[in-house]
Amino acid sequence: MISGILQYEFLQNAFLTGLIIGALAPLIGVFVVVRRMSMIADSLSHVALAGIAFSLLLEKNFIALAGLNPLYMGMTFSVVGSLFIEKLRNVYKHFKELAIPIILSSGIGLSAIFISLANGFNTDLYGYLFGSVSAVSRTDLQLIIIVAIFVVLTLVLLYKELFLLSFDEEHAKASGIPSKAIHFIFIVMVALVIAASMRIVGILLVSSLMTIPVAASLRFAKGFKQMIFYSVIFGEISVISGLFLSYYLDLAPGGTIVMLTVLILVLSILIGKIKTRFA
Amino acid sequence: MGNNKGIPIIKVEDISYKYSKDLVLEDVSLQVPQGAFLAIVGPNGSGKSTLLKLILGVLKIQKGEVELFGQPIRQFKDWQKIGFVSQKANSFNTGFPATVFEVVLSGLTKKIGLFKIPRKEHKKKVVKALESVGMLSFKDRNIGELSGGQQQRVFIARSLVSEPELMILDEPTVGVDQKNVQQFYEILDMMNKQLGITLILVTHDVATVTDKVTHVACINKTLHFHGDACEYNELNEEELSSIYGHGVQLLSHNH
Repeated sequence: MISGILQYEFLQNAFLTGLIIGALAPLIGVFVVVRRMSMIADSLSHVALAGIAFSLLLEKNFIALAGLNPLYMGMTFSVVGSLFIEKLRNVYKHFKELAIPIILSSGIGLSAIFISLANGFNTDLYGYLFGSVSAVSRTDLQLIIIVAIFVVLTLVLLYKELFLLSFDEEHAKASGIPSKAIHFIFIVMVALVIAASMRIVGILLVSSLMTIPVAASLRFAKGFKQMIFYSVIFGEISVISGLFLSYYLDLAPGGTIVMLTVLILVLSILIGKIKTRFA
Repeated sequence: MGNNKGIPIIKVEDISYKYSKDLVLEDVSLQVPQGAFLAIVGPNGSGKSTLLKLILGVLKIQKGEVELFGQPIRQFKDWQKIGFVSQKANSFNTGFPATVFEVVLSGLTKKIGLFKIPRKEHKKKVVKALESVGMLSFKDRNIGELSGGQQQRVFIARSLVSEPELMILDEPTVGVDQKNVQQFYEILDMMNKQLGITLILVTHDVATVTDKVTHVACINKTLHFHGDACEYNELNEEELSSIYGHGVQLLSHNH
């Protein structure tokens, strides 16, 4: 595969995208998990699916739009979906989780309509659902690099605010931190990372790459920075070895990557158990 | 402060507050002079949390007026001057992956400012705050692994780190075992006397009012007593019963 990466552009695209996503998804995932928003990530990915389906429908009906990268529409949809989730969470203050099934099923419902309007399922869409490494284009890669730079910069600049909001929201509000604005920026970042990640692991598996490495590192981490560090390491191990394994064993890369994160999670739970037994 | 000397840190005037139909506070007036250590006592549901929320600006004032540092609360912007410690030992998520150091550093979030990264001087402040509550040796420990009393000291440090002039503590000893409560009050005493921080301690338990406090206010919808701690100790059981209902044990301190 190494020689292949040097030789073929599509393998380069896949590998570089994988490297970026392997760090980016768990990085934002740390905040998603501690803010108890794991399911929100999942519903946003389904909204992104509606965007992709819509884009493919447009492509089919308007030749002029054929060059449009479906990722743009996926991103737009998931960002808009994230705003709706925020609105719904404010409408149902005491049942905040209600926003999740509402947005999730709206996403799937819209997708189904767009797919039927486009006269059925096509292979492109399948690639978005489960990830399709070989289909990662140069423009995909460029878009993902831009998202990564934006998200990492924002996370660095808003790190202490996000930490405080996650650890103690009441205290954050009392000390006059613009919690609403920061929350808004955060959920937009989540939507962007989801859209950026779905090329590699697919819409159905995106949220697992965001949350499972974090779940594994929760077993070890004493502090927040430590948790970020472990999560990114676990994410990268899963993506890199997942890409290699799927290449040589001819498996679906998205599924392989996610099952590797699950393997790491199981191992970390077992190691944690053994540690406490002999401690 | 300088020219603000003499102006009470908190001035509450004729505050009444209703939750839909229930009147929880009625015509409460209260003044807290600089350097005081005030205990606000009252049974559960007496409206002391509501009063606290009004002072902290969490609830909007319906009737009356609150002044902080000589300014009407509507115009007050200097929230950094006020530290707040709630009954965290009971309520926070002990599974949260944060070290003691990270928690205390988060107390500087507002002071450091938006989009800025903590510098060395900020980390020094954290070390100093941890030292003053005797928790420096725990700085790399996970906050969830500590005992209730230790956690509460960390939360005091988180407030201390931003160098507040006023610190409000809402039932801080709930979930702290009796042995550590005394040590906890000694830290409060040190903050009050050595660091010159004005303290407000809210509690439903009259027995926790220690000899360290300088003023006491008893609240049960209306203000029943507000004054010197010595005078409070002279309240007889009958008067306290009128606030608490019945069977209240009275502590007496010899000053």
